[in-house]
Amino acid sequence: MGRDEGRWAGPVRRLQVDGLDAGASGLNVQGRRLSGAVQGFGPLWQKTYWIRLSGVNVEPEVLIDRWQTDYPTFWPDYSHLHRALARLEPGDVAVINANQSGLRLSTGIMVMYADARSFAFALPEGHIFAGWITFSAYEEAGTTVAQVQPFFRTSDPLYDLLFSLWFNRKEDQIWHHTLRSLAGAFGVDGVVQQSATCLDTRRQWRKAGNIRHNAGIHSAVHQVISSVRRRR
Amino acid sequence: MPEDTFTVEVRQPFDRVAVFDIVGDVNSGSESRLMDAYTTATAAGASTMLLNFEGMDYMNSSGIGLLVTLLVRAQRRDQQLVAFGLDDHYREIFELTRLDEAITVHLDEAAALEAMRRGAGRGQG
Repeated sequence: MGRDEGRWAGPVRRLQVDGLDAGASGLNVQGRRLSGAVQGFGPLWQKTYWIRLSGVNVEPEVLIDRWQTDYPTFWPDYSHLHRALARLEPGDVAVINANQSGLRLSTGIMVMYADARSFAFALPEGHIFAGWITFSAYEEAGTTVAQVQPFFRTSDPLYDLLFSLWFNRKEDQIWHHTLRSLAGAFGVDGVVQQSATCLDTRRQWRKAGNIRHNAGIHSAVHQVISSVRRRR
Repeated sequence: MPEDTFTVEVRQPFDRVAVFDIVGDVNSGSESRLMDAYTTATAAGASTMLLNFEGMDYMNSSGIGLLVTLLVRAQRRDQQLVAFGLDDHYREIFELTRLDEAITVHLDEAAALEAMRRGAGRGQG
């Protein structure tokens, strides 16, 4: 595997959203700082999801290239990732606008790192997670394996509660869908496996104030205000 | 499979201070050796661990995650992590990932040790 020091994003203090499609919202991304696992509230988790592309001959580099180029096509239908560049590259900021049961959530990601066999997202303040998500591909016993590995704390006490009650399973669904879609693009109908390790069970209560950035709350308030304005 | 070039040696310049001399590429494959080094330093009574990145060739995003895991273990025991020897590129990465908010970064070992001495002289509060 080649590695290239130039494949990290450059320094960024506040995220800048440019070149969005009409109708896409940069709410909860524009002007936000990145939030790493150090800045989060809840227990520290490392979850791993993987799928084996059995029966096909695809190099890890080819899979990663396809994943970076067509990333939004592998996501669940209710969530849209909008970005200005055709291919996810380090420094690229993309917004995520999800709509489920009438509730709209706006957040985003920044591509933090990329090499021939992996790329990683950093997450903005207000996202449910504070941390990073690494997407990678590797060879094992002659078969290429695609992997998603979120490394995170939940960002605030509200998200932590929602994660325990509901979003933990929702996250599993998202990455199962993503990996199955990705494998399907190469003609593979595979099974996604997963594991989870809690690296730190403690909550960082000094970070409870992160709730002021909560993208869910901001999105809901924005939706209500927009609705009121439309009725006037 | 990428070539594994990571090594880490632990030395103790002073009582309760350990220096981790990191060489090669830092990635997910470095975990067991880095954690073994941490265990060694802790068993020797270190309360401050200086991560020497002067010999590091490369670190990917998994390597950053590894440092967070190391940080969690250190914080659990009220130990302090300090870094030095990062070039400008990796100092920016520490800033990008906001790891510098938890791991103080110094230019070199002398600066790191001097900062420790000044901190010890003023007392911790």
